[in-house]
Amino acid sequence: MYRYDEFDETLVRERAKQFRGQVERRLAGELLEENFKPLRLQNGVYLQLHAYMLRVAIPYGQLDSAKMRQLAMIADRYDKGYGHFTTRQNIQYNWIALADIPDVLDALADVEMHAIQTSGNCIRNVTSDHLAGAAVDELEDPRPWCEIIRQWSTFHPEFSHLPRKFKIAVTGAVADRAAVRLHDIGLHMKTDDAGEVGFEVIVGGGMGRTPYVGHTIREWVSKQDLLSYLEANMRVYNRHGRRDNKYKARIKILVNELGPDEYRRQVDEEFDAQTSWEKVILPAEEIARIKAYFAPPEFETLPATSRTFETARAADRGLARWARINLRPHRIAGYTAVHISLKPQGVAPGDATSDQMRAAADIAERYGMDDIRVAHEQDLVLAHVKLDDVPAVYSALAAAGLASANAGLVTDLIACPGLDYCNLANARSISLANEIQAAFADPEVEDDVGTLHVNISGCINACGHHHVGHIGVLGVDKKGEEFYQILFGGRADEHAAIGEIAGPGLKHEEVAPAFKRVVDRYLELRSSQAEKFIDTLARVGQAPFKEALYASA
Amino acid sequence: MPLLKDGREVDNVWAHAEDGHELSPGGCITVSLGRFLSEHDVLLARNEAIGVRLAPSDDPGLLKEHLDRLHVIEVMFPKYTDGRGYSIAQLLRRRLGYKGEMRAVGHVLRDQLGYMKRAGFDAMMFDSANAEDIYAEATAELSEVYQATADGRETVFVKRHRGRA
Repeated sequence: MYRYDEFDETLVRERAKQFRGQVERRLAGELLEENFKPLRLQNGVYLQLHAYMLRVAIPYGQLDSAKMRQLAMIADRYDKGYGHFTTRQNIQYNWIALADIPDVLDALADVEMHAIQTSGNCIRNVTSDHLAGAAVDELEDPRPWCEIIRQWSTFHPEFSHLPRKFKIAVTGAVADRAAVRLHDIGLHMKTDDAGEVGFEVIVGGGMGRTPYVGHTIREWVSKQDLLSYLEANMRVYNRHGRRDNKYKARIKILVNELGPDEYRRQVDEEFDAQTSWEKVILPAEEIARIKAYFAPPEFETLPATSRTFETARAADRGLARWARINLRPHRIAGYTAVHISLKPQGVAPGDATSDQMRAAADIAERYGMDDIRVAHEQDLVLAHVKLDDVPAVYSALAAAGLASANAGLVTDLIACPGLDYCNLANARSISLANEIQAAFADPEVEDDVGTLHVNISGCINACGHHHVGHIGVLGVDKKGEEFYQILFGGRADEHAAIGEIAGPGLKHEEVAPAFKRVVDRYLELRSSQAEKFIDTLARVGQAPFKEALYASA
Repeated sequence: MPLLKDGREVDNVWAHAEDGHELSPGGCITVSLGRFLSEHDVLLARNEAIGVRLAPSDDPGLLKEHLDRLHVIEVMFPKYTDGRGYSIAQLLRRRLGYKGEMRAVGHVLRDQLGYMKRAGFDAMMFDSANAEDIYAEATAELSEVYQATADGRETVFVKRHRGRA
């Protein structure tokens, strides 16, 4: 994992001090809320329904046990003993006092963390594949480039007052686990014809009220040109992105109003006009320095199967089921990646208590090479675990209430905080998520259904990514009453697609039973157990599922 | 309103002539980009100093051939959240090589001064008491930089390897 040197450390400390001054001026009335707002936002502080909310950056979702324990400490000392992991690999605290936030930032700096640019109209936390460095299908580890982008974008003077927020994601694998086609800029590591690794650059994806899948603006850009090419994109957007209407200010609107070809022409023109001293080219030894932090850990040479693990799972059906659902293949024989679901029945998706954070930290330290990831599915991942240790990991997770066997299944759903916390929401998300989970509480039924991604947003801002759920749910307000529209066919992977609204909204209590009918219809229609919901939908179309959705009468 | 030049309060001898208004025969004035482009022969023939005020949507590249004759370029920030002026500054300073005074005008607030200085602004119209002290404090808050910009500061990326073989 990347470690701060004296320069990174200085900046994070100074930023905390700077914000302390800003909070003091605000509390003393010297700074108006109107002028304080963008300052607090660029430090991750939102004013929510009940309190201030602090969003802490977890760059590309990477944690170790020391960081995780500090997050637990902050949850205990400054919040109500828990935190909420988000779809952008961050953590949010929902009950923080403004006056405490400078102390929290200091505590974060103690473990090389911060809340810089986690909100506001600037370049946000860079996200990535939660299996980076472990995935079987990985061309190259994307994390060094995420870290380079993190540093380049931190306090960038030209790009700190953009028309709107700006999100960048990077993946180095074939399968897209970072939703790069749904970001303002997505970078997908690819080789060119000569076999050199560079980046496909995808621009203008996003969700919110106007969802778009991004356009490939350049098939391949070299590593050396990456930051200069990003600057060209950022400059075209900063100068020409719309500022007259907040809802049309994202880069996706610029790309789609200009058309991808004209947008590409403008970026190319800007890129070609850059003088040699404008080019952002890092010294080779600097790239090597950053890369060295992500060198593979020392893996042992192990057999591909573990007798300990095989024996244990033959004897324990709970372990066997959990392992079948929550383990992911690892590129090194004898190792696996472990998905820790934060979606047990009846809890807000993505929430973890401080005890659970400490348990995850202990387990990662003992069995997981001290490496913990936050996945955009609002779960945690131990990227490097020996198969021999899987039974011990399972027992330790189970003891902490972290062994839900549902990774990628219907109850592993993504949901925004909704009307319970958020002042933008039209409808509740968490209770609806819990009702859907309850409808699939029988593990045998859930197993049989298999891979099915459900995403719930409480309003059109789409924080629960309802557009890309295999089944998406959007909360709307109809004359003061909560209604939920259902969408079919979205996906966030390398075949990214925006779901289509099925028809009129359902009442809160109608949603879970309707889900059950839709899934039952899938079970009738699938060609075999291997055909996933999303594939059956693609084969037979929406009609039978719509019929099932509205078949209550 | 105090005019800061390199962090010091200086007398502001400049006035902005709105489009359509007569130019006073003497004095230092700035005009809009449109007016400058259509009247630059007359304007540059005046004995007095001339400057241009750029709106956020203006293309600074249009000034390319006149830059060495301009005493000041004002960059307008109608609202401090409108960051187009930072890209204009980058283009003027680093692409076009403009060396004269570049002045931020409009909604210039304390917490943007550091970004403005980094972007290459050497002057700001900054409406505040103790403007010099506040400027000094605000621009010293972050002592390291990751980006090479017009202020010429050495980046962390380079500093890390300075003096190493």
